[in-house]
Amino acid sequence: MAGSGKAINAESAVEFDRRNTDWYVDKAIQAIVFVGGISTIIFVIGIFVFITREGLTFVFDTLDVKEFLTSEYWDPSDEDAPEYGILALIAGTASVTGLAMVVAIPFSLGAAVFIGEFATGKTREFLKVLVELLAAIPSVVWGFIGLSIMNPLIIEWFNVPVGLNVLNAGIILGLMAAPIMTSIAEDALKAVPDRYREAAEAMGATRWQVIYKVVLPAAKNGLLGAVLLGVGRAFGETMAVLMATGHSINIPTSVFDSVRALTATIAAELGETAVGSDHYGALFTIGIFLFLITFIINLLADLVVRGVRKG
Amino acid sequence: MVSAATAVMGANEIEVASPKIVVRDVTIRYAGTPALSGVSLDVREHEVFGIIGPANAGKTSFLKALNRMDMFTDGMKVEGSIEFDGRPIDRLRNVYALRSRIGVVFPLPVGLPLTIYENVALAPRLGGMRNKAELDDIVERCLTRAALWDEVKDRLNSLGSLLSGGQQQRLTIARALSQQPDVLILDEFSIAVDPVTTMRIEDVLKELKHELTIILVTNLVQQAQRLADRTAFFLEGECVEVGKTSDLFDGRVQDSRTRDYIEGKFG
Amino acid sequence: MFEASELNLRNKRTESLYRTLFLVMTLLLILPVLLILGTLIVKGASAISWEFLFGYPKDGMTAGGIFPALVGTIWLVSVALLVSVPLGVAAAIYLNEYAGENWFTRIINLAIINLAGVPSIVHALFGVGAFVIFFGFGTSILAASLTLAIMTLPVVIVSTRESLRAVPMAFREACWNMGATRWQTIRRVVLPNAVPGILTGVILEVSRTTGETAPIMFTGAAFFLPFLPESVFDQTMALSLHLFVVSTQVPNVPENLPYGVALVLIGMVLLMNSLSIALRMYLRGKKKW
Repeated sequence: MAGSGKAINAESAVEFDRRNTDWYVDKAIQAIVFVGGISTIIFVIGIFVFITREGLTFVFDTLDVKEFLTSEYWDPSDEDAPEYGILALIAGTASVTGLAMVVAIPFSLGAAVFIGEFATGKTREFLKVLVELLAAIPSVVWGFIGLSIMNPLIIEWFNVPVGLNVLNAGIILGLMAAPIMTSIAEDALKAVPDRYREAAEAMGATRWQVIYKVVLPAAKNGLLGAVLLGVGRAFGETMAVLMATGHSINIPTSVFDSVRALTATIAAELGETAVGSDHYGALFTIGIFLFLITFIINLLADLVVRGVRKG
Repeated sequence: MVSAATAVMGANEIEVASPKIVVRDVTIRYAGTPALSGVSLDVREHEVFGIIGPANAGKTSFLKALNRMDMFTDGMKVEGSIEFDGRPIDRLRNVYALRSRIGVVFPLPVGLPLTIYENVALAPRLGGMRNKAELDDIVERCLTRAALWDEVKDRLNSLGSLLSGGQQQRLTIARALSQQPDVLILDEFSIAVDPVTTMRIEDVLKELKHELTIILVTNLVQQAQRLADRTAFFLEGECVEVGKTSDLFDGRVQDSRTRDYIEGKFG
Repeated sequence: MFEASELNLRNKRTESLYRTLFLVMTLLLILPVLLILGTLIVKGASAISWEFLFGYPKDGMTAGGIFPALVGTIWLVSVALLVSVPLGVAAAIYLNEYAGENWFTRIINLAIINLAGVPSIVHALFGVGAFVIFFGFGTSILAASLTLAIMTLPVVIVSTRESLRAVPMAFREACWNMGATRWQTIRRVVLPNAVPGILTGVILEVSRTTGETAPIMFTGAAFFLPFLPESVFDQTMALSLHLFVVSTQVPNVPENLPYGVALVLIGMVLLMNSLSIALRMYLRGKKKW
């Protein structure tokens, strides 16, 4: 008995001390997947570093921050007196994003409420799939739609000379952002536990009362997160605004004015600039600006969804 | 304090038999909050060691510590010493070898989403076995042992995760046996199993005892009485006492709480 | 009794009023898009022919086909996938299988959200600054695909992570208790059950990558090339950029030509997405536990 006990002890002594292939393979895999995980951080830092690197000379040598942010004159290709003011571009982006949200917020939240709270079974599945498919339409196709379908419609309906303007791009961006906002908002509604609904229904509340008094307040943060992500998406959109805004530098006074967006400016001009020139650096500086703004919007959306601000 | 003293006394007496697992002054915390404090006991080779006690006594935490599952559990910290075959388990170079020597059966049956055959062949395969004939042999032997072979022998290629609860629990036992473990741990295995199956599994355990060491955690004191050679009573994160099962059930207890629990006055 | 039922009736009426209101909002969101898609099909269908799909552009891109753009898109997407799928799956495995919940994974999550949220044109600037200039790849398929890969990495990570999460924890614990390492557990039990889900995510990524335009404009896609790329260091045409070019940069294009390009592009994208959705639904109906 004691002998066999000893034998086992010796055996386990060897076994417990020997790191076999599987042990090393596991460690190696852990190292490999860690690289995958940390790569996301490296890429975000890399994006910031590399766009800053290209914009740096311009930022230090030429940039006048006050002029950059407050001048409405953007004419970097003028050889004698180039102008680097992005106010009009900010106004263009803001007006288009603003109108897009006016279009997208009510309809996407409404659609989320219908899909999440009213629709059932097959209807619900069908609508969800449809929304998902709409979210997949590429932005260049949206731009083409603005250019070829919306443009003549706006000219005809509103009797204006140009149909590529804030209205056109705003509607396009709104339609573009809405499906994503709908999906996220619907997720937020779904995250409200059913027992809340059941408790309210047991007290005799109608479906709408349940939604209005219980579900929407409980999902508030998630819905706000959905809106913020929609804002981020519209703000950073490039191809659609490049093609549908008319691309003329302008502080708009009506929705029928053509404008130019920050993103579209980079897309339109980067190809014409010489690497290292002031114009080139100015475009990267706009890139830094865009990066920082979207970084903040995304951070905010994340905090709101997690409810940190509440707590 | 009383409990620690008795446990140590029990330990001295055990030195003569060969201890498989030696536990000294083990405290387990989750994110700082203790779930089990100051446990000392021994599990001898080829015995059925019962652990009884109400919910939240720290029984499952104790089992996790024996298997070094603290490594996979966020926030779980184990203090004190646990020796397996005389080796302190927190200083093993290959902790997986330890786990492969300990078979565990959970309260809720877990049939892996593999075929019935692969469920049982998994552990040998992890150990590097490739030979089909050997694997076939192990699968048949373990399933027979777990009293499941006759029911599944014609559909070894169907999914183990789709068996009934009772069958899955026997599959889990077969899987634990396929590791060819030194120690078999059963954590309230009868919760998800019907009484007839429970009795069949208990019969299997009585046979297995001759080959390996069994730690049986149960919320049914009668089950401990039927199977265990010695029994420990856990209560609210403390090991109240360890003794021969017959002593405890005949009222020869060192702490009146043990008697109260066994007689069904609480828990 | 009478009062109660009157109240009930009124509640019912407001209820159906709200239901209709929200239905109308949903339809107002969906119908215009469907109308637009219909227009695309009607106007674009006449452009599509064998010669359109497999021919080269002719007469300054005012006639002929889109073959080099199609091939170029396949190149760009394939190379991007070669990078983003392994990296994304690895990241998801790290987050879901190896790392716990801590400040470090929180930062990784933030990074993922930001990669997904940074404007595509900023990704393009990054691609120019990093791959075209710093690493010296020049404007090439390699530079463009790397830019696309980083941009769409979150799609792979998020969908992979979701399918890993869908595998119950109990399966992992059972394997660990048997003495399996984390990797043995992942390889034998977790991944086999997550691969179909990962596949739906990959298809989704193919769709996303196919449609992207801004990130490739300055990194590797060319307006017009009369030949097909031969290696990852060549430039290439791409379908998405081709749509931009023929609809804005080229004079005297017959009306149905850009519609045809748009139709092919959107057809590819929606086909991929439908495939992904169908696969997901099929898997949902086929439970293994």
